[in-house]
Amino acid sequence: MPSRETWSFAGVFGTFDTAQLQRGFKVYREVCSACHQMRIPFRTLTQNGGPQFSNAQVTALAAEYKIQDGPNDSGDMFERPGRAADYIPWTFANENQAAAANGGKAPPQLTIMAKARGYERGFPWFIVDVIPFLQYQEHGVDYIHSLLNGYETAPSDFKVPQGGYYNKYFPGHVIAMPKPLSDGQVDYPKGADGKPVVPETVDQYSRDIAAFLMWSAEPALDQRKRMGFMVMIFLGVFAYLMYYVKKKVWAPLGGEAEGLPGTAPLGPTG
Amino acid sequence: MMIATGAAGAVGVASLVWPFVSSMAPDAVTIAAGAPVDVDLGPIAEGAIVKVFWRGKLIFVRNRTKKEIEDAETVNLASLPDPQPDSARVKQGKANWLIVYGNCTHLGCVPLGHEGPYEGWFCPCHGSIYDTSGRVRGGPAPANLPVPPYTFVSDAKIRIGEETKTPAAKTEAT
Amino acid sequence: MSQHATTYVPKSAFAKWFESRLPIAGLVHSSFVAFPVPRNLTYFWTFGAILIFMLGEQIVSGVWLAMHYIPQATMAFDSVESIMRDVNYGWLLRYLHANGASMFFIAVYIHIFRGLYYGSYKAPREILWLLGVIIFLLMMATAFMGYVLPWGQMSFWGATVITNLFSAIPLVGDTVVSLLWGGYSVGNPTLNRFFALHYLLPFMIAGVVVLHVWALHVVGQNNPTGVPIKSAQDSMPFTPYATIKDVFATIVFVMFFAWWVFFVPNYLGHADNYVPANPAVTPAHIVPEWYFLPFYAILRAIPDKLGGVVAMVGAIVMLALVPWLDTSRIRSSNYRPMYRQFFWVFCIVCVLLGWLGAKPPEGGYVIASRVCTAWYFIHFLVILPVIGLFETPKPLPSSIIETVLGRKGGSGIPIGATAEPSTKG
Repeated sequence: MPSRETWSFAGVFGTFDTAQLQRGFKVYREVCSACHQMRIPFRTLTQNGGPQFSNAQVTALAAEYKIQDGPNDSGDMFERPGRAADYIPWTFANENQAAAANGGKAPPQLTIMAKARGYERGFPWFIVDVIPFLQYQEHGVDYIHSLLNGYETAPSDFKVPQGGYYNKYFPGHVIAMPKPLSDGQVDYPKGADGKPVVPETVDQYSRDIAAFLMWSAEPALDQRKRMGFMVMIFLGVFAYLMYYVKKKVWAPLGGEAEGLPGTAPLGPTG
Repeated sequence: MMIATGAAGAVGVASLVWPFVSSMAPDAVTIAAGAPVDVDLGPIAEGAIVKVFWRGKLIFVRNRTKKEIEDAETVNLASLPDPQPDSARVKQGKANWLIVYGNCTHLGCVPLGHEGPYEGWFCPCHGSIYDTSGRVRGGPAPANLPVPPYTFVSDAKIRIGEETKTPAAKTEAT
Repeated sequence: MSQHATTYVPKSAFAKWFESRLPIAGLVHSSFVAFPVPRNLTYFWTFGAILIFMLGEQIVSGVWLAMHYIPQATMAFDSVESIMRDVNYGWLLRYLHANGASMFFIAVYIHIFRGLYYGSYKAPREILWLLGVIIFLLMMATAFMGYVLPWGQMSFWGATVITNLFSAIPLVGDTVVSLLWGGYSVGNPTLNRFFALHYLLPFMIAGVVVLHVWALHVVGQNNPTGVPIKSAQDSMPFTPYATIKDVFATIVFVMFFAWWVFFVPNYLGHADNYVPANPAVTPAHIVPEWYFLPFYAILRAIPDKLGGVVAMVGAIVMLALVPWLDTSRIRSSNYRPMYRQFFWVFCIVCVLLGWLGAKPPEGGYVIASRVCTAWYFIHFLVILPVIGLFETPKPLPSSIIETVLGRKGGSGIPIGATAEPSTKG
């Protein structure tokens, strides 16, 4: 079962860590994007509650890509530099090309991967997972993090078919994706002392990419949690007021003449 | 007079309802897209199962091994929920090619090939078991995987959706 | 909603002029203001109001979603994602609507079990109860078709499994299924017609709700004792007492709702539905939404296709037959010591069925679902009719007001409930 990690965006007050999302995007761009598609527009990389790159950075980034456009006046398709409004292009022209280049099956799209994967925690955990302040919604992110760290040598009695790799966390344990990350593969921003701020290890890379995928799957997460908190406060106050209004209205009846749920009157004896 | 008027009204209502009901049936485009398709058998290795689509429905094309054919033929028919000899489910002289619809006859899931106790198919949804002839051997499925209409255009090519020779496929009940 | 005995007196000349042409103010007054309500209702009786609120919420959020959604097989999935990302507060609309369906079912199940416990289906409320069963059926159809619209893997395979249920009908089954699909399999025509029907059915629900409320106002509300209103002392006017209580309960329920929407919005969904529909691959476990799980467990418990479908439909038919299966002379289970035990056993069986419906159909789970399914039907067909015949109920209070005073020692001042239910309708 995937291990449960600590995430900045978990919990009632969780928010994305901008620096982590920026690192995660770097990992996506330098490693994952070789095969996997991410269907988000460049412009979203500037969003609040996202990686929050500057407009200039994103414009420059988009311009590095070639986007097919057209048809032009003479009816031909042409290529132009990308703009912020364009979607990040995929290495492959279409699914079939991707499938042909990857042993018959196209690598899955990563845009909402963090919500499209999960794992069963079983009874009684599935009940605990929904209780306020104990809640757990990060199954998908934890799965992705574990998966990227789950490449191992197969047990001696396990036969890994050709074109497959053994992964501890992948359902069925045979995954078509070779181990994608290795230590030191991606250069991270350096601190004043010239050393990377966070370690350049597979564990850290996979943490950052998982966080980035959570953002791409749920870009409104920060906004949602902030708004939810305010809604809860409002409803709490409103319910409190309404309770006393109700009490006041009912006063002529001699107060509460009814029970709360579960304390239904049991007749004259009860 | 009353009866005549009532009857006329009923006829009127019925003829008004008919176009509405009929419009829900497959339309001309859908029917046209249901024309027969050709499948080249050449690249299908022995033991492999290939999935093709015809009329939006999944069809398994299975190149059966000797052992699989043998397993399918030597079965006590009386013990089957939906008794049908293997020979009635393949074309004569082409016993290695099994062509069946790929949706479980229970509720339409896609059974997994080479799985289950008979190494035919196993449906992960509700646990139906099929043998190497696509016949149901256990679970809630009521019938065998039906054989679609098809014909051998040449030794290495079939045309799904067209039946010319003696009908081997009894069930086209999908 | 009866045409007489309104105590509404128009005050202004305009109101008088209007009332003599369309007496709607009088209708509202007699139905929602002066309408006498038993004084001893618990918070279980607020779920009717909560359900009306939820229906309104679902219709409004649904209409707004429909402004952005595209019912087309190649675009539906992306249009939902676009709602989540590009539309202002689109994520809020969608999470409200998706979780709202679940909240709707939580409320309706509490409402139904409250009715079962307190015998609210017994004479003279049979029609009221039947209308409720019809609403429940319409809700299930609406929820099912709504779940198909995002066109993810669960949408597609859920639609395939459920529409295939109809192929179990002898003779015409395959024709019916092909009419449902509009093709040879679930596809774009299916998605299109499900969207049209998903938009239509809630308004049909609203229509039946009007009948349901009408029937309620003819026969009056049941209460925890099951003893009818006998004197003005037993009742209070709907407004302000019940109104304010309903509003308070609804706010508390909305807080509960908001928790799901803002903090665990995907808990009740399924990860596979964030994978676009693919007709060539079945998800490992096809699981319906939680509110269908007990029925799904019953379907799978029977090792025969037609039998399973019959059992599943039968499970709902049981509900419709309850008014005639129950032989008890009294309504409320509070006074039925023996039946009360069986009621709670039945509740546990229903929860167990729900849990089993989410489990793979193998080994012990299959046996357990068969036992629970058998018990489900035994409860309705054996326990309900038989217990009523020989059970000795506890003595009933002679009136509602007696239980109120007995418990609280309140003043018991009659507070202006003007009409008894016997004079209504």
